[in-house]
Amino acid sequence: MSVKAIFAIILTAVFINNYVLQQFLGICPFLGVSKKFDSALGMSIAVIFVMLLATVVTYPIQHFVLDQNGLGYMQTIVFILVIAALVQLVEIVLKKHIPGLHASLGVYLPLITTNCAVLGVCIANVDNYIDAATFGAGYVQALANAFGSGVGFLMAMLLFSGIRARIEDNDAPPAFKGMPITLISAAILSVAFFGFAGVIENIFG
Amino acid sequence: MGKLQTLTNGIIKENPVLVLVLGTCPTLAVSTQASNAFGMGVAATAVLLGSNIVISLLRNVISEKVRIPCYIVTIATFVTLVQMVLNAYAYDIYKALGIYLPLIVVNCIILGRAEAFANKHSVLDSTLDAIGMGIGFTLTLFVMASIREIFGNGTWYGIEIPVLKDNHISILTMAPGGFFVFGCLIAAVNKWARHKPVKRDFDGGCETCPMAASCGGDKAQCEKEGVQV
Repeated sequence: MSVKAIFAIILTAVFINNYVLQQFLGICPFLGVSKKFDSALGMSIAVIFVMLLATVVTYPIQHFVLDQNGLGYMQTIVFILVIAALVQLVEIVLKKHIPGLHASLGVYLPLITTNCAVLGVCIANVDNYIDAATFGAGYVQALANAFGSGVGFLMAMLLFSGIRARIEDNDAPPAFKGMPITLISAAILSVAFFGFAGVIENIFG
Repeated sequence: MGKLQTLTNGIIKENPVLVLVLGTCPTLAVSTQASNAFGMGVAATAVLLGSNIVISLLRNVISEKVRIPCYIVTIATFVTLVQMVLNAYAYDIYKALGIYLPLIVVNCIILGRAEAFANKHSVLDSTLDAIGMGIGFTLTLFVMASIREIFGNGTWYGIEIPVLKDNHISILTMAPGGFFVFGCLIAAVNKWARHKPVKRDFDGGCETCPMAASCGGDKAQCEKEGVQV
């Protein structure tokens, strides 16, 4: 597993397979929490943190527990419960030991439990990188993908919060006010991300 | 509320996708083909029906504090069942829906209905609500997917459409097209509702809203700002 390959995974996850703009995961917070720059930033950092943590835990569970006992069909239930419990645990630990961080990230943590991007990244990692024979290589790739996906989410959120600040005061046709014009801006932002297609292959190829 | 109204509420007046704007992820992701959208709609309806019935039956048993984990386990169980059934009997759809099938677990519509309706209504009402919401979801998905497939790919359910086949707008089947068509559909519904501000259903309180934790659960503030999630 070369460093180059890991960079390629991270950059692909950030720019090409962007979770929000290309794969439609985590649309709820993308539309809901992107009105203000500060809350968009807080939410995204919390998402990166939980995505990494969830992958750290769910990948070994799939590899050592579910796959080796023929329990693959339990994946959905086990993953969602593990993520929910993990988020609760992190919240309790943060509240007790790092109150400052809890004050800034804490409000976003419960939201993330039912964020499809987090469950999505865990399932995608298991689908794409799991290898019955070896554990280490797949684990590193999965973590790189989780980190990249989180950063991609951060980037989409921050870009979009800037765009929303501008469309808020625009004079859209009455029927398009609010959600519709927001979605159409998201469509244009999503087109912009097409520009990155092929870039990664040319850099690392 | 009459039984018929409970049933039809979800189809038009409180359409989960277009009016309540819930379950946006699967709506955008699987609406590239009418057949996939139909499969997704039916799968989500089956899960919603099962979870609404079970949660309604257990509404006096589940204690207030642990209700969310209980709902999630119930929903995840039904999602697993649906996954198994589709894997066995409709493998094409199982493959096409891919990762979005297990992600029905975190579909806001299902948890939202459990929280807003099933935990305080009778089994019959909850069943009707689930059927209505399910039909509303399936119908919206199907309409949106038909638009995207017909104009984006020039086909519908695999049938080629003569003129459009040679002049298709492929971007509609890609990610930006999803956002665009969804935006236009909501605008059309707004127009049809004669610019009446579409009111969110506050029955479920703030728990059903993914924004709840960040706004501190201030209902009046939500209504004033017209938060749309």
